[in-house]
Amino acid sequence: MSRRVDLLIVGAGPAGLSAAITARCHGMDVLVVDEQPTPGGQIWRNVEAVAGTPRAAILGKAYGEGLAVVGRFRASGAGYEPGTQVWQVETGPRAFMTRNGAASSIEPGCLLLATGAQERPAPFPGWTLPGVMTVGAAQIVLKTSGQIPSDPVWIAGNGPLSLLYAAQLLQAGGQIAGFLDTTPPGRTAAAIPKLAAALFSAPGDLMKGLGWVSALRRRVPYVQHVTKIEAIGGDTIERLRYVTASGKTATVEARLLLVHEGIVPTIHPTLALGCRHGWNTNQDSFAPQLDIWGETSEPGVFVAGDGAGIGGATTACLRGEIAALRIAARLGRLPEAQAAAAAQPIRSRLTRALAARPFLDTLYRPRSAVFVPPDETVACRCEEVTVASIREQAAAGRPGPNQVKAFTRAGMGPCQGRQCGYTIAHVLADAEGREVPDVGLYRVRPPLKPLTLGELAALDSADVTS
Amino acid sequence: MFRKLHDPRGEALTVTIDGVPVAAEANESVAAVLLRQTPVWLRTTPVSDALRGPYCMMGVCFDCLATVDGVASVQTCLTQVRDGMRIDRQRGRPSVAS
Repeated sequence: MSRRVDLLIVGAGPAGLSAAITARCHGMDVLVVDEQPTPGGQIWRNVEAVAGTPRAAILGKAYGEGLAVVGRFRASGAGYEPGTQVWQVETGPRAFMTRNGAASSIEPGCLLLATGAQERPAPFPGWTLPGVMTVGAAQIVLKTSGQIPSDPVWIAGNGPLSLLYAAQLLQAGGQIAGFLDTTPPGRTAAAIPKLAAALFSAPGDLMKGLGWVSALRRRVPYVQHVTKIEAIGGDTIERLRYVTASGKTATVEARLLLVHEGIVPTIHPTLALGCRHGWNTNQDSFAPQLDIWGETSEPGVFVAGDGAGIGGATTACLRGEIAALRIAARLGRLPEAQAAAAAQPIRSRLTRALAARPFLDTLYRPRSAVFVPPDETVACRCEEVTVASIREQAAAGRPGPNQVKAFTRAGMGPCQGRQCGYTIAHVLADAEGREVPDVGLYRVRPPLKPLTLGELAALDSADVTS
Repeated sequence: MFRKLHDPRGEALTVTIDGVPVAAEANESVAAVLLRQTPVWLRTTPVSDALRGPYCMMGVCFDCLATVDGVASVQTCLTQVRDGMRIDRQRGRPSVAS
């Protein structure tokens, strides 16, 4: 039988936790499911275990602030099932998931998808070699396992996370061989007009960011305006080649290369559900279209957090609270007028929290090669399809991503297009003289995550009939 | 490729990677343990036999797939170690029956 709850929340990051806390304040029966073993999402990953250890000082204040939210969540009385993979979301709403090898379904009154973000896929020649990882991956390993690169590491990237991790790594006693800043020339000038709003919104964060940059420049080789990178090696990365905007080329020894080009919303669940999405020009990504409460075009399905558009942890918490208020009203736990009144001050804080985004989005807009990599680059990591083969398809007659998928298998591997979807869209748009939102992404079909036949077969038969 | 900041003590577990005993701590992921080993790859691709290791560490890229306790193509970044766990590097196409 499908289990029933008032509110099912997918994702135990800032948005999911905050929504759960608010929903419990209004007496709802809440269940939070999450892929990870502990609450906090990627940003506050493992915060309960790390708090009070020397690692907490390395990871900084914004990380430590997660402990209070996780604590309130633990005390809220919300159900919590970690280690759960949601592999299908349907109209109803109804969600199917697997935990500890057992599949089940849940029919909640409302569903909140708080599935966060992933790092923007940023292909370049050699990016599939062992020893090339994302900056986010290295930071996760620091948070969960207390480990840092054992040799001097190269970091190539653009955006706050690469700077934050570099600062954390130095603080932890790690060594950085060099920092390749891939921010293109001219971004600072373009962002300056938006600086005043950002200073109003988050002066402390901006000062922190400036501090990281100046410390990095003092302590490690810092190369600006890097336009091209290439990882070279056999069984693992051995060398790194880079080119700058001024034409300087260098090839250096590298045992580990960490890359980062910003983050994009996780939209597989809302795509699978058929929710309407829109193109966010400032963030070069798709996001579900939401009303002012975070409800999607699918009744009863809400999105909060970075899955609604990149905004960071504070924004995610506020969006989670707003969605929970609406859901409480929808389920008759709170008069609508009261929900509206309670949401008003949260919306003011949300506006303020989001005021820094135009500045950050402009400053850290990735260079064009992130979107349309050189022809020899592997675009689809799973099926090893190059950019050149996608271009050949485009030359054969203006196909869309779904035709390219059928002809080349790009997007048909285990990651289901999570790493190549945007690259395919951008390469096709470039080759066909179209706009990316017009080209679009692959159609997403269940299961959203792999599950075994055994898990599927063990579903209670009542789970699969309405 | 990676090293622990602290001395792993208490809660020490032993897993095997391709039959070789390896020390691990409770609550860490299989992929995190692998990042301390040599070689650092976990699988070869079914298309070209290219080596792959952990890339995203958050369940998105599916490059850290390996055989865990006989089950093929397990996402090792989402799998926590258990004492006695058998981890095997996965070569090419996994068998449906494995």
